[in-house]
Amino acid sequence: MYQEVILDHYKHPHGRGLRDGDAEVHHVNPTCGDEITLRVKYDGERIEDVSYEGQGCSISQASASVLNDLLVGKDLADARKIQETFLELMQSKGAVVPDEAMEDILEDAVAFAGVSKFPARVKCALLSWMAWKDATAQALGESAKKETA
Amino acid sequence: MTQLPGLLDTDAIRKDFPLLDRIVHGDKKIVYLDSAATSQKPRQVLDALNEYYERHNANVHRGVYTVAEEATALYEGARDKVAAFINAPSRDEVIFTKNASESLNLVANMLTWADEPYRVDRDTEIVITEMEHHSNIVPWQLLSQRTGAKLKWFGLTDDGRLDLSNIEEIITEKTKIVSFTLVSNLLGTVNPVETIIRRAQQVGALVCIDASQAAPHMVLDVQALQADFVAFTGHKMVGPTGIGVLWGRQELLEDLPPFLGGGEMIETVSMHSSTYAPAPHKFEAGTPPIAQAVGLGAAVDYLSAIGMENIARHEHAITEYAVKRLLEVPDLRIIGPATAEDRGAALSFTLGDIHPHDVGQVLDEEGIAVRVGHHCARPVCLRYGIPATTRASFYLYSTPGEVDALVDGLEHVRNFFG
Repeated sequence: MYQEVILDHYKHPHGRGLRDGDAEVHHVNPTCGDEITLRVKYDGERIEDVSYEGQGCSISQASASVLNDLLVGKDLADARKIQETFLELMQSKGAVVPDEAMEDILEDAVAFAGVSKFPARVKCALLSWMAWKDATAQALGESAKKETA
Repeated sequence: MTQLPGLLDTDAIRKDFPLLDRIVHGDKKIVYLDSAATSQKPRQVLDALNEYYERHNANVHRGVYTVAEEATALYEGARDKVAAFINAPSRDEVIFTKNASESLNLVANMLTWADEPYRVDRDTEIVITEMEHHSNIVPWQLLSQRTGAKLKWFGLTDDGRLDLSNIEEIITEKTKIVSFTLVSNLLGTVNPVETIIRRAQQVGALVCIDASQAAPHMVLDVQALQADFVAFTGHKMVGPTGIGVLWGRQELLEDLPPFLGGGEMIETVSMHSSTYAPAPHKFEAGTPPIAQAVGLGAAVDYLSAIGMENIARHEHAITEYAVKRLLEVPDLRIIGPATAEDRGAALSFTLGDIHPHDVGQVLDEEGIAVRVGHHCARPVCLRYGIPATTRASFYLYSTPGEVDALVDGLEHVRNFFG
């Protein structure tokens, strides 16, 4: 399960550190104590930044780094597609072998396919993605409120 | 093979535990180092469970037919065995629960509804410690929230012991109950019971002891302890899951109110009110975990035949060896006493900045089963500024060879993430 790509992201995380954002969430994985604080910054529906700080295992930390790589600069609709594809892969219990179409969508994140065989670790891989989803809902909920105000 | 003084004949003992022969990941013989989470079960216990279901299964305390009488005799016989095992003055002081958490919650709930002189209210205090398992924290937080009583606790020293330097400020005339663990599940620390009980007795506070990590490993004598309540669980002491014990002093069990109501715990019932059966039945509403109690009885027989002093000596030798070997691993920091004195056989540690989940995963690939995380004792991790630990814990079937396997496995982990 420890693909070279995962270890690389773990040792040299991309986009780590908290920067300006529209919303901030703090998520924990109570079974093991992985934690992440994540902020999202939107320019309309375009993701301007996803910044994060966290502590936890290599899987949870590498996953946040991959998330930053994949989502920053994307439109929300594309980002949702990536998130849903990653979720599908992680919940597959090892049954989904990523094909080319999936690799095009997930890029480095296909390296986590092996993690899906380990039920105890799936939550680690999904931690930052769930945090992003939550933060996005909060951020866009806020801006929606602003628009109607 | 490493020979240490005091070791049991583990070759013979391990033959009783079928799971210890498991092969995982193709060709790796399991090295089971997670007995503090749950112990493995000997064939004698598994046979007792089977025999009960195959030959004696019936509900207890009800039928007049042969197997119902047998089931009742086996269930109550298990109570006798447990009472003898902990040197209880009376078998009626042994309440069967589903686990230690339920036992501790039961005490907290007896006190939630108690009248004077046990009444817990906003003018009183509850005392616990920072090294408790969540099961000995949350019930007292609930009691505190429900009654308005103040929750206080003993802190920890840097080397993993209770800080009792301010014992007279923590346990005061206002203290109604002091609840603490005899042996920490994370740190391994064996706590100085006498000092705490003496102070509690001075101020007239009740004392509840969480013996979950003690009952499996050492002689547990509730009379010598002088506590008011002692809680432990069956599955950590080679028994099945689903059976725990609460021992309580008889006069307290008579005075304190029941928590769960239902069948078995009553004397008479009318539509307006009920009277209750005497303890222990007063606290055992509903059909109890019968097979599990019978299994615990078999577990107690198994442990007693080997001898709790012998088991304690074995574990001490293994722990001493493990502390020495682990301290040879670069970047390894033991969380808890870095000595085998006054400590149990659970050893928590960190390995540089490699996350325990990664340590556990790579060890698993070698067939080594350890626990990783905060071990249901998150405040301890907060106290020592760490997110989690890796914990290896030993039992009567553990060998020096398994300690060596762990140390080799940790070297492999370091190389992998280095």
